[in-house]
Amino acid sequence: MPDSQDTKIHPRPASAGAEGAGTAAGANSPAVEFRNIDIAYGKFVAVRDFSLSIGKGSFVTLLGPSGCGKTTILRSIAGLVDISAGQIMIGGRRVDDVPIYKRNIGLVFQSYALFPHKSVFDNVAFGLKYRNVAKPEIKRKVGQALDMVRLPGSEKKLPSQLSGGQQQRIALARAIVFEPQVLLLDEPLSALDANMREEMRVEIKKIQKETGITAIFVTHDQEEALSMSDRIVVMNAGSAEQVGTPEEVYERPATAFVADFLGKANMLSGTVSRTDGPTIVTLAGGQTINVLSPRPLPQGSAVTVVVRPQKLSVGGTSANRLSGRVVSASYLGGSAIYEVDMGGKANIRANAPIDGRVLREGEAVELGFDADDCVLLDEAGLRIS
Amino acid sequence: MKARRKEEGRWAWRLTGFVTLCVYIFMFAPIVATVILSFNASMFGGFPMTGFSLQWYAKLMGNEAVLAAFRTSLWIALVTAAVTTAIGVVTAFALVRFEFPGKQALSTLVILPALVPETILGVGLLVLIKAIDQPRTMLLLVLGHILLAVPYVVLIAQARMVGIRRVYEEAALSLGASRFSSFREITLPLLIPAVVGGALLAFTISFDNTSASLFWRPAGVETMPTQILSMLKISISPEINALGTVMIVVTVGIPLIGGLLMQSLTKLRRRSEPKEEAR
Repeated sequence: MPDSQDTKIHPRPASAGAEGAGTAAGANSPAVEFRNIDIAYGKFVAVRDFSLSIGKGSFVTLLGPSGCGKTTILRSIAGLVDISAGQIMIGGRRVDDVPIYKRNIGLVFQSYALFPHKSVFDNVAFGLKYRNVAKPEIKRKVGQALDMVRLPGSEKKLPSQLSGGQQQRIALARAIVFEPQVLLLDEPLSALDANMREEMRVEIKKIQKETGITAIFVTHDQEEALSMSDRIVVMNAGSAEQVGTPEEVYERPATAFVADFLGKANMLSGTVSRTDGPTIVTLAGGQTINVLSPRPLPQGSAVTVVVRPQKLSVGGTSANRLSGRVVSASYLGGSAIYEVDMGGKANIRANAPIDGRVLREGEAVELGFDADDCVLLDEAGLRIS
Repeated sequence: MKARRKEEGRWAWRLTGFVTLCVYIFMFAPIVATVILSFNASMFGGFPMTGFSLQWYAKLMGNEAVLAAFRTSLWIALVTAAVTTAIGVVTAFALVRFEFPGKQALSTLVILPALVPETILGVGLLVLIKAIDQPRTMLLLVLGHILLAVPYVVLIAQARMVGIRRVYEEAALSLGASRFSSFREITLPLLIPAVVGGALLAFTISFDNTSASLFWRPAGVETMPTQILSMLKISISPEINALGTVMIVVTVGIPLIGGLLMQSLTKLRRRSEPKEEAR
C-alpha cells in the first residue's frame, strides 16, 4: 500500500476541499457528527437541538413516524437542506459551507432516481466520471460494483428494463462505487413489494458489512430498523427520543413514545402501592403486580408499566399473574394474539405460543410475566432509572 | 320498440358524421383550394381548372422579390426559434425549480404578450422605439418576433419541467456533478421534447406572423406574409397560390416532422421512465 495512513481513512481527500482539516481530525473522529443542529423552514422547526455521533463503519437508523424530521436530518448531511444552527461534521470536517457535490456522500432514494436516459453503466459510472477516474479504471470499478449487487452484465440495459428491486440495486451500486465517506439511504425499501423488501434488507446489510462503509438509514418501519441496525435513533417531533442498540430500544424503551412505536407495547397505568421489599404496583383495574424499580419510589406515585405482548404467557408459573377475559383471539399458527379485558382502561394484548388449544372469546384467562420483563415509566412518560 | 330505438341511434350517428364532415370541409377547403389552384394552367387565380401546370412555381423561382422575402422570413424564424428556445428553457427552469418573491407574478407576466392583441403589441413596440428615438431595423423585427414567441415556449417548457422530478438533479449533485453539469447532463436531456417542440412552435409563429411584422419591418424589407399581402394589392395572380402552397408546406411540414420526432423521443423516454410508486 503506497498510500499514506491518511488516505486510508479519507479515501478521497482531494474532493474534500477543506484545508487539511481531515489530516488532524483523522483517525478517531466519528464518521458523521451532529452538534446541536436546528433545521427550520420559515417558522416551522423540523429538527430541534439534535446531537449525534456516528462511528466509522457503523449502520445507524433514524426511525420515526412521518414528519418526525428523520429525512430532513438525512438531507442535511447530504447538503440538500440547510441547517439553521449548529454544526455537521463529516469525518471530522465541518461541512456547513460545503456544497452537496463536494461532500463525497452516497445517496440512495426511495424512488431509485436512476437517470432514465442513461444506461446502467452510465448511471453507475456517473460519480466516478466526476472524480476524474481513468476510463479503464471506471470500467473495472463499475463491473465490481455490479458484481457486488449481483447484477453483473447489466451494463447496457436501460433502467426501465429492470424491475424495482433491480433498479434499487443499481442505485445502491451507483452510490457506493466511488467509495463515499457516508452512505445515506432514504427509505430505500418502501417502494418495493414485501418479498423484495426482505431480500434487499439482507442484501444492503451484507454489502454494508463487506465494504465497511458508514451507513445512515432512514425508515418508518420498525422491523427494518431492528433487523439491520447497529444503532437506532428513535425520532419524534424533531428530536431524538432514544439512541441505542436494537435490543436496548426494544427491551428498555426510554420513553412511552419509543415503547409504543416499537412493537406496540402494553402500557398499564397504575400507582405504587408498596415500597418496602419488592415494589408493588396496583393497576387501574385493581390487580397488583410486582415490578423491579431501579430506585425506590414514593408510595402513591403514578407509573406506567410497559410490557411486550410477547412476554405474556398464558397460564404458566410466572411471578405476576393477571386474570381477565378474552375479548378477541387471532390464530397465527405458531402463536396466537389475545386481547384480554382485565378490568383496566385498556385491553391488554398478549402474543403467546399455543399450548394445547387456542382460547375462545369470553373465556377466562390468566396471563403471566416476570418482574424483569417490564419497564417502568414515570408520569412524564420517561423511563425510571 | 327496440328496432325503433336502433333506427334512431343510426340516424344520430349519421347526423354526427355529416356535421363532422362539414366541419372538416370548412377547415380544409381553403387549403386544398390553394394547393389545387397552384397547379392550374389558367392565367386567373380561380376555378375552373384549365389544365395542370407547374408554371407558377417556375415563375415564383424567378421572382427575386419573393425569394428575398423567403430568405428573410427563413432566417428571422431560425434566429427567433434559437433565441426563444434558450430563453424559454432557462425561464421555465427558474420558474419551476426556484422559490423567490414575486414568482407567481412573474409566471403570469411571462405569458402576457400572448394575451395582448398583436396589433397592440405592434404599435406598442413602435411607440417605444420612437420614444427612445431608434430607427426600425432588422434587429427590432427579430426582437419583436422573439417577444411574440417566448410565452408559448415558456409554457411548453414549464409543463415538461414540472414532470421532471427533482430527485434526478439531487442524485446527480450527490454524485459530484456541479449544478451546471447536472442541468446539462440530466435536466436538459430530459427536457428535449419540450426544447424541440418549443423551437418548432417559435419557428412557425415567426414564419407566419403578418400583423406585427407589418408594423416592425424596416423600409424595403418584406417577409413572406407581407410579400403576399403586397402582391395581392396588385392582383390575385396564381403565383400567390403557388407561394401559399410553399408556405403551407413549410409551416405545416416542419411541425409535423418535429411532432413525429418528438413522439418517438417521448416513447423512448417513457420506456425508460421508472414506474411511479405511491409516495
